[in-house]
Amino acid sequence: MKGRKIFKGKATGEALVTGEDISFYGGCDPETGKIVEKGHQLEGKSVSGKILVFPTGKGSTVGSYVLYALKKADKAPLAIINKTTDPVVAVGCIISEIPTVDQIEIEEIKTGQKVEVDADKGVVSVVE
Amino acid sequence: MGLKLTKEEQEMLEGKQGKATRKAMEIITTLGEIYGAERLIPVSSVQIAGVSYHNLGEAGLEYLSEMAEDGRTRVLTTLNPAGMDLEEWKKHGISEDFAVNQQRVVDAFEKMGVVTTCTCTPYLIGNLPHYGEHIAWAESSAVCFSNSVIGALTNREGGPSALASALTGRTAEYGLHLQENRVAEVKYEVEAELTETDDFGLLGHVIGERTGKKIPYIAGVKHATTEQLKSFSASVATYGGVAIFHMEGLTPNRTTIPDEVETVTREDLNAARATLDDEKADIDFISVGCPHASIKEIATIAEMLEGKQVTDGKTVWITTAKPTKDLAVKMGFYDKIEKAGAFLVADACCAVAPLKGRFTGLMTDSAKACYYARGKNNFKTEIRTVEECIKEAVS
Repeated sequence: MKGRKIFKGKATGEALVTGEDISFYGGCDPETGKIVEKGHQLEGKSVSGKILVFPTGKGSTVGSYVLYALKKADKAPLAIINKTTDPVVAVGCIISEIPTVDQIEIEEIKTGQKVEVDADKGVVSVVE
Repeated sequence: MGLKLTKEEQEMLEGKQGKATRKAMEIITTLGEIYGAERLIPVSSVQIAGVSYHNLGEAGLEYLSEMAEDGRTRVLTTLNPAGMDLEEWKKHGISEDFAVNQQRVVDAFEKMGVVTTCTCTPYLIGNLPHYGEHIAWAESSAVCFSNSVIGALTNREGGPSALASALTGRTAEYGLHLQENRVAEVKYEVEAELTETDDFGLLGHVIGERTGKKIPYIAGVKHATTEQLKSFSASVATYGGVAIFHMEGLTPNRTTIPDEVETVTREDLNAARATLDDEKADIDFISVGCPHASIKEIATIAEMLEGKQVTDGKTVWITTAKPTKDLAVKMGFYDKIEKAGAFLVADACCAVAPLKGRFTGLMTDSAKACYYARGKNNFKTEIRTVEECIKEAVS
C-alpha cells in the first residue's frame, strides 16, 4: 500500500490495529505504553514495540509529549500508520523520530499481522 | 503544487542553522505538507503552551532542554501559565520537588530567549499583535482572542509547533492564515441580556457546544468589556472547536453574514449554568482569573475584599500575570487581597497547578475553569459572578 510520509524511517513488526481514534494525553500511559482510555477498543493493551495502526489522533496537544515520553522510556510504537495523521500525532512522531505514514487504507491491516513500514517511500506492506 | 521553501528555509531544514532549528523546521514543513500549504510565511509573535511541569513531565522537559542546546527565538515569544507562582509558590502549598522541576522548565525556555512571563493573556502584558498580523500562538483562549478580537491571524498551535515557529520565525500558510477560512458559517442571534463576566462564559459554552467547528457570527450583544471578550474566547474555544468568532459591532474582521440563524435565549444560558453547577458541591476553593485577571478585575476584587476575612477552610486564588501582579503591589491591591487571607497568584492558574486532591469544590466565574477542574482534578464546580465568588469566600 502506498501512502504519504509523515516522518522518515523503516520498521518491521507486529500490527496493533484499532478503528477508534487515540488521544495520547490522558489516553495512553507515558511510562508503560498501555492504552488507559476507558472503553477504548485497545484499553489495557500496550502500544510498545508494535506497528500501531489507527484512524487519527484526537485530544490535547500535550499528546505530542506523551509520544516523546514513550520513546525515552523505550515504550514507543515501532512505527505508526494512520488514515489521516493529525497535528498532535505528527508533531509527536517528528520530535520522537517514530516512522509514520498516513493515507493508508487501515482496514486492510489486521492485529497480529507482520507489517513492514518504509516511511521514506510511504510504503506499507503486510508480510505475513 | 507542494510546499516551496526559500533558500534560507531550505538551509534551516538541512541543519545548516543548528540542530534545534532543523527539528523546528521539520515540524513546520510537515504540518505544511499535511495541510497542503504552498509556502511558509514569517510570524512576528509567538505564544507557547505546555509550560506546567505537571503537564510536561520529565520527557517534555528533556525535549525542551535538547532544543535549548542551540535553539534561539527569532521573534517575540511569551509563555503560557506554569504550575506555580515562580516567586511565592511556597505559601500556596506547592511542593519543593515540583518547584525545582518547574523552574527547570522555565530556565530551558529562558535559555532559548523566551520572555518568561507565564500567562494565558499575553495580549494584556506586552505581546499584543495588531490587526492583520500573522502570528503563531498556542493556548486556545488566546488564539481565539487574537484571531477574533484583535484580528491577528493564527492557527491553534500546540506547544512544540509554537516553539518551532519561535525558533524559525515561520509558520506554514494554511488554515486561519488564509482569509477564505475565516468566514462565518452560522449566525447566532443572542436574545439574552448579558451583564456579568460569567454570562459571557455561559454564552461561550452554549455557542461552543452548538457550533462545534463552524465559525460563529454572533449578533445581539450590545456591549462587552475586554475582560468579557476574554472570558467568552476561553469558553467558546473550550466547549467548541472554533479558534475564531465574529461579534457584530465588536470584532474587526470582515465576513459575510451566514443565512443559517439560531437563537440564544436566557433559558439557554440558564441551562448551561445548570450543567456547570454540581449538586452538593462543597466549596472549599474559590478561583478568579481564568483567563488571567486584568488590573481592572484585580482592583474590583481588592475593593470587595478590603476589611473582610476569608473563612477558615476556604482557599482563594486570584490568578494573573506577573507584570499585572507587580502593578497590583504598587497600587496596594495586593495588600488588600492578601490581608483578607486570599492569594494573588502570578504565573499560574487553577487549571495547570498540581491541585488534585487538595480541594473538593471550586467556585469560579469561568466556564473554562469548570471544565478543567472537573476533568483534571475531579473537583465539583459552581459558576457564579465575581461578586458572588468573593461573597462565598468571606461568608
